[in-house]
Amino acid sequence: MDQSIAWQLSLTLVAALAAGFVFVIANARQRRDYAPVVHRAYRFRARLFWAIVVLGVPATVFTLSRIPYPAFAGVPANVQVVDAIGYQWWWELSTDRVQAGQPVEFRLTSGDVNHGFGIYDENLRLVAQAQAMPGYVNRLVHTFDRPGRYRLLCLEFCGVVHHDMVAEFEVTP
Amino acid sequence: MANQPLLAIDPLGRRLVLAYLAVAAAVFLLMMSVGLAMRLGQGAMLPLGADLFYQLMTMHAAALVGACAMAGAAIMWYFLSRYVRLTPAVLAVNLATFLIGAVMILGAVIIGKFGAGWTFLYPLPAKSGGQWEIGAAAVFMGGLLVIGTGFLLLHLDCARAILARYGSLARGLGWPLLFRGDDSDTPPPAVVASTMAAIANITAVASGAAVLGISIANLYFPEVTLDPLLAKNLIYFFGHTFVNVTIYMAVIAVYEILPLYTGRPWKPNRVFLAAWTASTVFVIVAYPHHLLMDFAMPHWVLMVAQVISFTSGIPVLIVTAFGALTIVHRSGIRWDVASGLLMLSMFGWAGGVIPAIVDAVIVVNKVMHNTMWVPGHFHFYLLLGMVSMAFAFMYFLNSEARSKDAGAPVDGGLDRLGLGAYLVGGLGFVFVFLYSGQASVPRRWAAHMPEWLDYDRLGALFAAFVVAGAAVFVLGFLGRLRGLWARA
Ligand code: HEM
Ligand SMILES: [Cu+2]
Ligand SMILES: [Cu+2]
Repeated sequence: MDQSIAWQLSLTLVAALAAGFVFVIANARQRRDYAPVVHRAYRFRARLFWAIVVLGVPATVFTLSRIPYPAFAGVPANVQVVDAIGYQWWWELSTDRVQAGQPVEFRLTSGDVNHGFGIYDENLRLVAQAQAMPGYVNRLVHTFDRPGRYRLLCLEFCGVVHHDMVAEFEVTP
Repeated sequence: MANQPLLAIDPLGRRLVLAYLAVAAAVFLLMMSVGLAMRLGQGAMLPLGADLFYQLMTMHAAALVGACAMAGAAIMWYFLSRYVRLTPAVLAVNLATFLIGAVMILGAVIIGKFGAGWTFLYPLPAKSGGQWEIGAAAVFMGGLLVIGTGFLLLHLDCARAILARYGSLARGLGWPLLFRGDDSDTPPPAVVASTMAAIANITAVASGAAVLGISIANLYFPEVTLDPLLAKNLIYFFGHTFVNVTIYMAVIAVYEILPLYTGRPWKPNRVFLAAWTASTVFVIVAYPHHLLMDFAMPHWVLMVAQVISFTSGIPVLIVTAFGALTIVHRSGIRWDVASGLLMLSMFGWAGGVIPAIVDAVIVVNKVMHNTMWVPGHFHFYLLLGMVSMAFAFMYFLNSEARSKDAGAPVDGGLDRLGLGAYLVGGLGFVFVFLYSGQASVPRRWAAHMPEWLDYDRLGALFAAFVVAGAAVFVLGFLGRLRGLWARA
């Protein structure tokens, strides 16, 4: 979901930018006085600036209100806890079975180098992630909507077997 | 702005600038080909093997970041030396340290099989799982340290020269006009940008040197440890800032060359100066957007990072890219490969900033961080932005030299074809990265799952066009180098 919004938004904005460039390049060959060009451009720029502010402030507030850090999301009492330790190059999980519909708190750390705990669903779509690093415990809270077999793909470069550091776990109904 | 007579560029300095560009150009072509090989490897069309892939990945990134820094420094030095008195000997020292560091890095990767990534994320260099010895890690990180030291000296010399001419770095940033409306001695854009580059990179290299020094010590004395989260902060502060500063140096080419093509001045006004002062702060404080998935970080730092990352795009888009469009609009500009590349570079920089800002939104980062979205956005502004500025400058030097004779055309059909290939290939290449990023393909994976191979192969196809275009630019420049050297 968030991925496709990000993609479409980026595509739209880049396309708008490209349109601006094409417009200017198409009109660049004829020469006019600079002063009126500057005058109009500055007026347009001021509008653009305010448009960015007017759209950016609510977007920032909205997205920040949804941040995934557990301190903000709050951890409910019925949470299921999974301890995960990353090693070169496997995951040690305290359990490989959690229930859908109920929040899971992954407590992530590492026994050696930095790893990335990337949770992928059956369609190989990334649903959530956090870093697993030595000396720290990162708490990632996620509620699985759909049961199924999920995969853990390492999302921080951790050496020569990084791409093979994959584990699986089951989300039961 | 007071009209000051331009200083003549020192002949030794001119030749050193050419040497910098020659090194950068050769590295661009070579390492882009390595990038193509990596893309083919991910697409299972070239059997690289994981260890070689990660060695190539380490070398590709380290060498290209270095080449961007060299090209950026060449551009900065060339134009800045018209306004302040720089020391050519320091430029020479930085070339020497760069070459020494480059040999160390290449040796560590090729002979020592070092493959921990150019970000040498602590404590990975010490824990290879058998692929490389700690000696290789030490030589690699030592190479980075040597290169960083050279750049530290170069920026210090720039800062010294700016101080000597303008009295303070605040004046180098044009603060008298910005805050007091005093336009009696406003510095030109080249000076403003160089002041910013000096402030940002001196801090960045100091941080990098600290973490490199401790990481090297840790290799031999494991009791010398570093907090991994602190190490991450120092490394990304260094890496983020150093890479960004390559663009802030190179963009001087846009400020200096577009006015020559359009006959319109690029004068710093208050908005311009405010943008550069803001960028100086933003580039230094935005780096925690690399740590958004480190939940152990203080959360307010990460939230501020999201906000700063958003605002840091505004100066790029609204001032520099918009300024370039304004100066070109109905200007009667003469299009050639140099001016075309400058326009492409503005589009590449501003365009790459967009997916970068999107990824710095924490809820998006949760599902995009360390996917192909990341190489997608940074190749956008490095390959299409930064490197286009470097190629534009190479063509510009040639036309500048030639315009003294007959005014013969300086680029031919092949060069224009190269520009087309670079544009189409580059856009395709970065959009395939971005698309695979939103499809959750992880970055830095030597071997890909079958579901992802089509993206990789399409990406490789576009990459081949990029390499072809770059080959035209690079071989053309190296071919003209002798003539340029003789005239310098
Ligand atoms: C034809 C041009 C290029 C091609 C085909 C290419 C290809 C690649 C590939 C395949 C990767 C690895 C992606 C992954 O994470 O799986 C990569 C990473 C990278 N490239 Fe490029 N690249 C090109 C140009 C450049 C340029 C011009 C620069 C810098 C100015 C650059 C800097 C980097 C950096 C910094 C990385 C990150 C390495 C890491 O994750 O540690 N590349 N490139
Ligand atoms: Cu890992
Ligand atoms: Cu990994």
